[in-house]
Amino acid sequence: MELPFFYLFSAGIIGASLLMVTRSNVIHAALLLVLTFLFLSGVFVLAGAEFLAVVQILLYAGGIMVLYLFSIMLMNVDVSVRLRQFQRQTFFVVLITVILAVEVWVVLARGDAYPGYKGFAWAMGSTPGNVEALGAILYTKYLFPFEVASVLLLAAMVGAIVLAKRTIDR
Amino acid sequence: MIPELIAAFLKIAMVLGVISLVVAYLTYLERKIIGHIQMRLGPMRVGWHGLLQPIADGLKLFLKEDIIPAKADKIVFVIAPIMVLAPAFVVYSVLPFDKNFYITQVNVGLFLVLAVSSLGVFGIVMAGWASNSKYSLLGAFRSAAQMLSYEIFLGFSLVGPLMLAGSLNFQNIVEAQADVWFVFYQPVAFIVFFIAALAETNRVPFDLPEAETELVAGFHTEYSGMKFAFFFLAEYASIMAISTVCISVFFGGWGGIDAIPLPGIVWYLLKMAVLIFVFIWIRATLPRYRYDQLMRVGWKFMFPLAILNIFVTGLLKLLFI
Amino acid sequence: MVPLSHYLALGAIMFVIGAAGVLMRRNAIIILMSIELMLNAVNITFVAFARQWGDMAGQVFAIFVITVAAAEAAVGLAILISLNRDRSILNVDEVNLLKW
Repeated sequence: MELPFFYLFSAGIIGASLLMVTRSNVIHAALLLVLTFLFLSGVFVLAGAEFLAVVQILLYAGGIMVLYLFSIMLMNVDVSVRLRQFQRQTFFVVLITVILAVEVWVVLARGDAYPGYKGFAWAMGSTPGNVEALGAILYTKYLFPFEVASVLLLAAMVGAIVLAKRTIDR
Repeated sequence: MIPELIAAFLKIAMVLGVISLVVAYLTYLERKIIGHIQMRLGPMRVGWHGLLQPIADGLKLFLKEDIIPAKADKIVFVIAPIMVLAPAFVVYSVLPFDKNFYITQVNVGLFLVLAVSSLGVFGIVMAGWASNSKYSLLGAFRSAAQMLSYEIFLGFSLVGPLMLAGSLNFQNIVEAQADVWFVFYQPVAFIVFFIAALAETNRVPFDLPEAETELVAGFHTEYSGMKFAFFFLAEYASIMAISTVCISVFFGGWGGIDAIPLPGIVWYLLKMAVLIFVFIWIRATLPRYRYDQLMRVGWKFMFPLAILNIFVTGLLKLLFI
Repeated sequence: MVPLSHYLALGAIMFVIGAAGVLMRRNAIIILMSIELMLNAVNITFVAFARQWGDMAGQVFAIFVITVAAAEAAVGLAILISLNRDRSILNVDEVNLLKW
């Protein structure tokens, strides 16, 4: 039952992202990226990461993409539609990336290199659930990266405000 | 497998149908209640005491001409109302109406409600942008900034009761309130949540984005007919969804007093009726916040209050439990 | 039961589409969005391996990737906005004042 849903979501992801990198209208590209993220959160649920799926919708689709949309609306994007949209090396790029895709998949997905699928212990009915397990490991073993991430966000916030401020000429 | 699918579809159809009908009659209820508060009668002509008014309104909106501005981005203009309506309805899939009456139950239910309602901002921003009109764009920016800020306070105010309940699952949260409702343990969190809920759904006193006296009609200025109806449906549907979340997290959901034996859904409907009456009462009574006052109240008053609440709750929970 | 290779194939294809977007588009905003696509491909790989080994570290690092992506999007867009405000630049070829 999971497999048809996975194929549905992957078709959505690949279709939306292919459309996204080829649109000349930037707002359409941003909306297609939001669609990609929504399908991706469905794939996260299939892979057993419910908390991450909801975080993806909340942060990525509902936060970062709103930031992108605001920035697009504040910049004058109408002018750029009349210019050339694609670089001159597009043909070679497509060729090389197809080869890269095949190479990455062949290297990573060799079935015999990985031992049997283990799954999460709580999937078989015992506690804790996904959220509790994530909380348990995030605040004990990975506490230092967690705090560093918060400092990083503070630095990014201050930096973004300073960079985008209007300088007042005297 | 197949009977479960059919049962799920039936439940979804029933909930969606009931919600749409209730949302339509919520507009009638609002006009009647505001009318009586203002010493006038409200709709009286269509049907007995105006009971058929929502049907007349729906028919009118359905039959109106569909205008798309000439320079508007057609695809985005048409999709924007759908982007506002869809999250407002998707939220109902995890809400608990009774002990055994819900569409589904997920381990991250409360979090999912927050995440999906944050997708409503997209529809509003796109509606303002695609209309290619100054009033719409201004209204869209204001509404998006207001909704984004108050979403943060909504999330923060819910952390306090979550610490008491210990789970994001709605059924567990409601069952954890079997003795005492969380509104008595977390009054500050309830106040912050209620004010943030008013701002999230663009209700008075935070309805500047759609204020008729200021911005024509804000982000939905250029919309007519069924698309305009979508925005209204979405607003009232999200009012009911947020009331349900408020009831489930603070007022004990479908639980009631043991002395009076009523089915859970009756208790839920009673609490919902009281809460929606309070929403409408506030609309009839309070003036509107100016935009900078709105932002100031949010960031300088409610945000420190929500964080203080989390801190105090954590401290008390550590020391006494 | 979705096998691991399916998740990895999806991750690889997403990554490659993002890389193609970065290499072949001239609009700076679309390049930034393609970078977000690549980060998400890495996320799905992390989560797939977390499921395979039964180790939660994959999901923890996926959360960190999302955090860093948010920070990078904010700073990147701030740079673009300040470039666009003074000189109306939107294509990456035109940021060439340091060229000899």
